[in-house]
Amino acid sequence: MTQTTRRALLGAAPALIAAPALAQNQGQARLVVVGGGFGGASAARFARMSYPWLEVTLIEPKTRFVTCPYGNLVLAGTRRLEQISHGYDGLRARGINVVHDWVAGIDPTARSLRLRGGATLSYDRLILSPGIALRWDALPGYDEAASEIFPHAWVPGEGAQTTLLRRQIEALPEGGVVGLAIPANPFRCPPGPYERISMIAAHLKRHNPRAKILAFDAKNAFSKQGLFQDAWAELYPGMIEWVPANQDGRITRVDPGAREFESEFGTRHKVDVGNVIPPQSAARIAIEAGLANASGWVPVDPLTFEARQAPGIHVIGDANIAPPMPKSGYVANSTAKQAVASVAALLRGEAPPPAPVYFNTCYSHVGEDYGISIVGVFRPNPDGSGFVETPQSGGVSPRGNHPEQRRLEALYADAWYASITRDMFG
Amino acid sequence: MPSPRRLTLALPLLLAGPAFAQPATNGPLLAQACLGCHGPGAAGQDGVPAIAGRPAPELVAQMTAFRANERPGTIMGRIARGYTAEEITAVAAYLAQAR
Ligand SMILES: Cc1cc2nc3c(=O)[nH]c(=O)nc-3n(C[C@H](O)[C@H](O)[C@H](O)COP(=O)(O)OP(=O)(O)OC[C@H]3O[C@@H](n4cnc5c(N)ncnc54)[C@H](O)[C@@H]3O)c2cc1C
Repeated sequence: MTQTTRRALLGAAPALIAAPALAQNQGQARLVVVGGGFGGASAARFARMSYPWLEVTLIEPKTRFVTCPYGNLVLAGTRRLEQISHGYDGLRARGINVVHDWVAGIDPTARSLRLRGGATLSYDRLILSPGIALRWDALPGYDEAASEIFPHAWVPGEGAQTTLLRRQIEALPEGGVVGLAIPANPFRCPPGPYERISMIAAHLKRHNPRAKILAFDAKNAFSKQGLFQDAWAELYPGMIEWVPANQDGRITRVDPGAREFESEFGTRHKVDVGNVIPPQSAARIAIEAGLANASGWVPVDPLTFEARQAPGIHVIGDANIAPPMPKSGYVANSTAKQAVASVAALLRGEAPPPAPVYFNTCYSHVGEDYGISIVGVFRPNPDGSGFVETPQSGGVSPRGNHPEQRRLEALYADAWYASITRDMFG
Repeated sequence: MPSPRRLTLALPLLLAGPAFAQPATNGPLLAQACLGCHGPGAAGQDGVPAIAGRPAPELVAQMTAFRANERPGTIMGRIARGYTAEEITAVAAYLAQAR
């Protein structure tokens, strides 16, 4: 640590000593974590293991968590849904109080929350990682009923959406068309739609080689674009057409009955299977608790992840506003740990841990034994207003002919999945 | 809160050469980032090697080589260049004694 930071820390500490919750609780302080996904499960487990004096409660409605990551491999037929589903027994065994219920409301002043089942729960600090909501009002023609015909498969729930899309792709008529509608930024998992295109193509190449994929995009550029497009040309020549916004790629209406997408300039596109990834916002609970701003996402302090609207409530994962960090599972996991360390410090009347580094690696499978990645190393920016990517670091896999690198990255992607899910549920 | 804590964010970026780096104080928290691929306890996961319990100087040497593009790798070069010498030293010290 430099002189500057050490001095600043000493200066900061006294201001933060006010009202330590611990004094009243004699060694026990109550941390409640809402949402048992990438952010929440990671936070609960890390809190329990690193700060045994914390009493940790995790609230999550589902008894099995189906991950979004590797859902695209279920579409390709190379993973089964059971292989990407995880239970909460491991967290219970660590002494976390896991409650399967929905949080219906939060009272930040009383520091309590209400469960749908009727119970009320008090907390000293709250970590909220509720993920995203799909905006059913944002794309004309696309509501919950429409998603039974044009699945989104972007919030897996119990897995029904992923299973539906998989069945539709299997039943695609020979030489048929799979259409995707891809939203503008920000949305969950920037490379996700393009990994999905690749995995659908991998299935079609084997079972329906004359089929086509039409990917309509509300953007003109996307994550790992060069690498994806190189791989598509190499592995699936002629199968995939990506239509950017400036070539009328923005879908502005869908008609599930007629199985049509309509783009900005009024063109109608007939599809046999339609995967609509709609615009998104922070999950409902975050919005209803008044934590989000007009964008629909939650502004946070980049050091503690406390919501700007409600100190004492730390919001991590996809629900918060943290560009240039992507809305990814790895970022949710990495930031969960700083949020927990901040919670522990603040409960003890200490300053939150200074100079954190937030970490992301997103692997994408684009074909059999063919993986690519993007790495990002981030920090709070010096004025505390947001986040910055560390200069001269991170970035994507090299382009060009690197067969060994592609094979290894596919292997390491699988290791990442095993590793991070153990760091959440193990 | 008109956060005095923001003052703590001054970044000790790339100040010293790795051999003489003073470790950063937050090694255990920084090392958490490794676990997403290297497995719980950094004990290795499938093809990704164990990094816990290795001598700190070895880990520092490897990370420094990754950072300088002197050691081939798939993603470690891109990662290593995101950390200061002080941070690498702190992570290595923590991993070396972790088991
Ligand atoms: C196709 C696809 C592929 C992806 N691939 C990758 C990848 O390879 N690598 C990567 O890092 N990321 C990937 N992601 C992104 C990753 O899934 C998300 O970034 C991550 O899930 C975000 O974590 P979270 O904790 O914010 O939300 P989630 O993991 O969605 O968890 C939120 C949880 O909160 C619960 N919840 C919501 N509301 C309430 C309430 N009111 N009360 C109680 N509980 C509630 C939900 O039931 C849910 O379980 C992918 C995403 C998609 C869609």
